[in-house]
Amino acid sequence: MSNIKEHIVLKVKELSIGYKTKKVETVVASNLNFDLQQGQLIGLVGANGIGKSTLLRTLTKVQNPLNGNITINGKEIQKLSTIDLAKQLSLVLTEPLVAKNLSVYELVALGRQPYTNWIGNLSPKDQSIINVALEQTNILDLKDKKCYELSDGQLQKVMIARALAQDTDLIILDEPTTHLDMYHKAYVLKLLKQLTKTTNKTILFSSHEIDLAIQLCDTMIVMSKDNVQCNTPKQLISNGTFEKLFPQDLITFNDKTGSFRVSK
Amino acid sequence: MSAETPKYRRSFIVLIILLVVCFITNINLGSIKIPIKDVFGSFFGTVENTTSQFLILDYRLPKAITAILIGSGLGISGLLMQTLFKNPLAGPFVLGISSGASLGVAFVILGSGIFGGVFASALVSKWGIIIAASLGSFLVLLAVLTVSSKIRDTMAILIIGLMFGSITAAVVSVLSYFGSAEQLQQYIFWGFGSLSNLSWSELLIFSIIYLLGVLLSIISIKNLNSLLLGDNYAKSLGINLKQSRLIIIIATSLLAGTITAFAGPIAFIGLAIPHLTRQLFKTSNHKILLPAVFLYGAIVMLICDSIAQVPTTDYTLPINAITAIVGAPVVIWLLVRQRKMVF
Repeated sequence: MSNIKEHIVLKVKELSIGYKTKKVETVVASNLNFDLQQGQLIGLVGANGIGKSTLLRTLTKVQNPLNGNITINGKEIQKLSTIDLAKQLSLVLTEPLVAKNLSVYELVALGRQPYTNWIGNLSPKDQSIINVALEQTNILDLKDKKCYELSDGQLQKVMIARALAQDTDLIILDEPTTHLDMYHKAYVLKLLKQLTKTTNKTILFSSHEIDLAIQLCDTMIVMSKDNVQCNTPKQLISNGTFEKLFPQDLITFNDKTGSFRVSK
Repeated sequence: MSAETPKYRRSFIVLIILLVVCFITNINLGSIKIPIKDVFGSFFGTVENTTSQFLILDYRLPKAITAILIGSGLGISGLLMQTLFKNPLAGPFVLGISSGASLGVAFVILGSGIFGGVFASALVSKWGIIIAASLGSFLVLLAVLTVSSKIRDTMAILIIGLMFGSITAAVVSVLSYFGSAEQLQQYIFWGFGSLSNLSWSELLIFSIIYLLGVLLSIISIKNLNSLLLGDNYAKSLGINLKQSRLIIIIATSLLAGTITAFAGPIAFIGLAIPHLTRQLFKTSNHKILLPAVFLYGAIVMLICDSIAQVPTTDYTLPINAITAIVGAPVVIWLLVRQRKMVF
């Protein structure tokens, strides 16, 4: 990064995540420590069921941490109200849209909700931010289309535009590339990369596209059974982190090409 | 979204004109023919025929206003429920409001024999039924709210509401089993729904509660729009999910609850009006949908009432039958024509 003074947007300290019922505490992962810098693209990878979703749910305050704390721009998220958190953190989730009858513009405009008045009127400033978000995601021409007319790839861009319109320092995406073809997978991740550069936002996404993530991310968080590592892809490769990600009798990692192969 | 409003301005103007026309027509039509000149005359007190002035001012005018309140109120509460539960099948009564009211009324009418004597006849009076219906719907709603406050999933509330509905329906059938034929008839007549015989003083109380419900709905517009994205997105946009859900439910129960109390369980309107509106206003934005549903509901109810009183005859058909007979084919026709449902 060319930034001389680096700014930490998300700071995770001694975090334990998991589920708590009245009697039992199920720890999914513990002692997580990482800092996410401004303007970086961060990929969160790991095998199915390792706790990626739990981590994201905890980072986004959908569920409470068992231990430790999470701060966004120096503010502890547990102490932030929902409305204040909405100004720090925006989301792109995997859940399907409920109302597909919204136009693309209307949907992106919903991103301005934390800033609008009681009835949701858009000020000229809101409108210009929405237009910028549409431009940055290359969907200006879709503006008046209804969401049910869009393909999965287009819809994902719209959801990203909505998150941009929310104007937060941190955007978290939960598996933004599922249901997409190879081209759109690369397209969406490349778009995210571009956005970190042009907007200086921090973007964290979870994904199973490890190959693509290695090529595009500034930092990666790799979750495995034993530990959670956060580092640059290059460093993680030389540490041999990816080799241990999956059972090696089936999949091996080639550190020259940075890709996985099925063992024959 | 403010850029969207001019696009619908013409539709709104047409609907408002239509509403006024329906309103006048509704007052003009009736078992006794009153010239349109006298209708306007009685509004301004310049008519000589005191019988028609009495008929207009004390009977037809309150009835027409009641129709507007009921149509718009049920439409709005249907819209709120469909958005809250993200379910096009939801209506104002999914939370068990009408079954609660039915239960209250059933206790009063069918159970009056148990109390016996003077007390019973006082209970079966008009106010007795209104209070019983309000109490019934309020109690069922309170039960649903208490249970649902412990629940995070909005869908579960829907199912709990339906379950409470089944329980009350069961109690009502037990009561009907023991009721006399005469009582049963009275109960069934209440179930037909009725817009007439509301006095001005009753209408005043009705409108105050109605306004409160509408006010809460207007406050909820922004939150309703967030809910279109789903609960988790709404929360990430800074919406206090539990609080806004509560406000929406209270608004619905105020509207649907009082309407049921004063006019009986009017079926169909609450479910159908939001769908009819979405066919004309192709948007999910509640800032446009809410006033549109208001106008639509009022117009449809006025038309249904005009048909129900079978102009120039002495008959008045049950309003509940008319709303469904007239409305259901229209909804079916619209859906078939559009080939898909926009929601």
